[in-house]
Amino acid sequence: MNWVTNTFSTSIGKKLLMAITGLSFCGFLAVHLIGNLTIYGGQGMFLSYVEHLHSLGVLVTAAEWVLVLLAIVHIAMGLTLFFQNLAARPVRYEVKKAAGGRTIGSATMPYTGIIILLFIIIHLLTFRFVDKTPVEINDYSILTATFSQAGFVLLYIAAVIIVAIHVSHGLWSGFQTLGFNHSKYMPFIMGLGIVFSIIVGIGFGFIPIYASIIA
Amino acid sequence: MSDTINITLKVWRQKGADDKGHFETIPVKDVETHMSFLEMLDTVNEQLALEGKDIIAFDNDCREGICGMCGCLVNGIAHGPLKAMTLCQLHMRKFSDGDTIAVEPWRAKAFKVVKDLVVDRSPLDKIIQAGGYISANTGGAPDANSLPIPMEVAEKAMDAAACIGCGACVAACPNASAMLFTSAKVSQLALLPQGRPEAAKRAINMIRTHDACGFGNCTNERECEAVCPKEIKITNIARLNREFIKASIGSDVM
Ligand code: FES
Repeated sequence: MNWVTNTFSTSIGKKLLMAITGLSFCGFLAVHLIGNLTIYGGQGMFLSYVEHLHSLGVLVTAAEWVLVLLAIVHIAMGLTLFFQNLAARPVRYEVKKAAGGRTIGSATMPYTGIIILLFIIIHLLTFRFVDKTPVEINDYSILTATFSQAGFVLLYIAAVIIVAIHVSHGLWSGFQTLGFNHSKYMPFIMGLGIVFSIIVGIGFGFIPIYASIIA
Repeated sequence: MSDTINITLKVWRQKGADDKGHFETIPVKDVETHMSFLEMLDTVNEQLALEGKDIIAFDNDCREGICGMCGCLVNGIAHGPLKAMTLCQLHMRKFSDGDTIAVEPWRAKAFKVVKDLVVDRSPLDKIIQAGGYISANTGGAPDANSLPIPMEVAEKAMDAAACIGCGACVAACPNASAMLFTSAKVSQLALLPQGRPEAAKRAINMIRTHDACGFGNCTNERECEAVCPKEIKITNIARLNREFIKASIGSDVM
């Protein structure tokens, strides 16, 4: 097993872990968004989606643990890379300009990442780890009650924009890291990254607005 | 139209690796715009020498963009503001009268400052020593064209081989990573049949050495590609990643 640790402790190994976990999260975002779109079908459709999801029972629990595992790896590797990369240039430049490679997404990855982590904690406390036993409370009522507060609407919109910025670099970057970069299809992957981040931004961003209107 | 300009140089002065270093402001009058950047530094040094002051140390050799010795950050950009160009190829006509020009050495943990603008780039040599070669037996030369190599593959290998090892990719990288350099040195051999026998060992050993030298981790910022005087593409980094994955899960190298 020595070769496994040897592989993943190199700089490429670490970024492979970032890429695999990050791309998995892109997949999760897509599935999460498709599920959430049932909100636009009204209370009945949304609750039936929630019910169907939870009827999967142990599969949902397993999926949740996989997500936790992916998150631990992604965060641990992200922080490792962040601190190692800071240490790789102990004396900073006095005058430094971007030469045209970096984007807002790529330049802010560690920071947007940390904000997303904080947001996910708030998000889980708001929707996942709440007492849902009283009969008058269900996932739909929690949704409308949360987004009847303007503060939550703004928080969610801001968080979703930050997720979109993170993904705008993350998606193509993941493919590059896995070795998928060829002039035949890289422009498509880069385009996909932008389109996907816009879909994530608008798709998730409108849910709190819509929920605040129907609340 | 006048062919001279007056500029203010803000140049990094540092006695050695242990000195903290500082910017020195030197007003330079009547700079011939036909001079290259390094020739301008030469005239400044002549002046400094006449005044009995310590001259500005900077690396250079060929002065025609082929050796990879020169290089500093000029106004925050490695090799200056022009694309696909080394510092020795930059001319003063690209600057305007009254400009203030900041000149700093490459900065990275792996590149210790030797003096002023000169840094020790020997860690790049260490990466080459770890696998940037092929082992060939001596003997009769093989028949020409006995190894078929498609034209486009040969072109890609040549493009990678254009790397002159100047270190601008490290200097420009927000993470001080030498991944573009390493990827060019791996690619130029990995693409060709002569490079295949040692490909797995090469990819793994060069990456381990890269990391051990204290270079940072690549996060696909693409600043390297933007400053590379030889326009080495990050497709080489993707190829290095493929080589590394192949070597890690498909070879006997531990
Ligand atoms: S001095 Fe040789 S490349 Fe500039």
